[in-house]
Amino acid sequence: MLLNEIKGLVKREITLEWRQKYALSGILLYVISTVYLCNLSFDRIIDANTWNALFWVILLFASVSAVSKSFIQEREGRLLYLYSITSPQGLILSKIIYNSVLVILMSLICLIFYSGFIGYLVQNFWLFLTALLLGSFGFSAILTLMSAISSKTRGNQTLMAILSFPIQLPLLLTLIALSKKAIEGEVLANCYDLVVILLGIDLIVVVLSYLLFPYLWRD
Amino acid sequence: MAKVSSVYSPPNSIGKRKLILGLEWWKWLSIGLVLYAIIMGFVGPVPALPILHETIRNLYFHVPMWWGMMVILLVSLIYSIKYLNSGNTKHDIIACESVNVGLLLGMLGLATGSWWAKFTWSFTPLFSLDGWWVNDVRLNGAAITVLIYFAYVVLRNSMDEEQKRAKIAAVYSIFAYVLLIVFLMVLPRLTDSLHPGTGGNPAFGKYDLDSNMRMVFYPAIIGWTLLAVWMMDILVRLRVIRQKILINQFK
Repeated sequence: MLLNEIKGLVKREITLEWRQKYALSGILLYVISTVYLCNLSFDRIIDANTWNALFWVILLFASVSAVSKSFIQEREGRLLYLYSITSPQGLILSKIIYNSVLVILMSLICLIFYSGFIGYLVQNFWLFLTALLLGSFGFSAILTLMSAISSKTRGNQTLMAILSFPIQLPLLLTLIALSKKAIEGEVLANCYDLVVILLGIDLIVVVLSYLLFPYLWRD
Repeated sequence: MAKVSSVYSPPNSIGKRKLILGLEWWKWLSIGLVLYAIIMGFVGPVPALPILHETIRNLYFHVPMWWGMMVILLVSLIYSIKYLNSGNTKHDIIACESVNVGLLLGMLGLATGSWWAKFTWSFTPLFSLDGWWVNDVRLNGAAITVLIYFAYVVLRNSMDEEQKRAKIAAVYSIFAYVLLIVFLMVLPRLTDSLHPGTGGNPAFGKYDLDSNMRMVFYPAIIGWTLLAVWMMDILVRLRVIRQKILINQFK
């Protein structure tokens, strides 16, 4: 029941995105131009810490701009229509799934361009990829609920950043710690604790969204 | 309008409150404990320790502020959950005013902490601009707490409609508090701390905090927490009275 609903809603999101391709290409362009800007202003980065921090900060900002539209773009009438045919849980889960696919794709593209323009320092690629996947999922899950909150207010784009940055910090700092280990070439077995923390944060965020979104929804 | 009316019913608690010389017993307790902590904090005996020296007295002021803040923010969380279940405006007012008091204590805690760190952890000249902020786990945790709750205040101010504002603010507050707890638990694992008890530093409890200090420290915590609750109580009553006046104007 819920699964079918989620499937339908995700399909709807993809169709909507495909119809207005400017959003997708806009995100791509955003990532590429930011990375290029960093390339021009930083020259080449050899220091692993700076490389790492810059990568995650770029990704953080890019994911904010990618996810922020997810609730804001919905018009009043369309929301009313969705309200009558779906459950709030289905809607929030489908949005989280769709946004995380979007952000994961974006982060992979970002990694490719970032390595190309600024340099590639990672020694354990698979560990870095784990951090990237878990992190992108966490970012998009947090931002989806924040987008739902900020869509209810007046100055929504600025508010989205104010609300989500301090909340994203536990995720961001864990990610930076884990990917630093990946850059140093640590094996997965030595950093299980960080991976478990990341999984835990992702799970907490999804559960909280699932529980809290119905209250936002009923207006 | 059924939900709003619950605020305007005569406040049941005021009639029943047992007063001693015009105040309830826990308010007297709060005054007594905070006064005791301040006096003993300045004149009481403290152990002579390297680096800390007399700054150890700040323990009686800095740490209880954090305690009071965490307790009052917990109150805010509880009333946010209660509001989502009941829709009672009074619960929302309590949640909001607890955050205001928590922010005040948080700012005071940051100020006293930064002051303390300047004299113990950083080796910069006294009147230089740098050295007020050390990159430390607890400091960052505190700063994030204050940032999150400032965002909460901004969020509240960005909406006019009362019911909607209360609901959305409650949702954000619950979400933020849980992630804040995660943050405070996760963070110490990621880096070392300058604070006692973490990252290889000895805890106060082991030998620094002798029995003399404990006799001041624990009362100080209770006193400051009660003071925070008292401030919150006053703010809530003020809001309720203001709403009553507003309603009476339109009658």
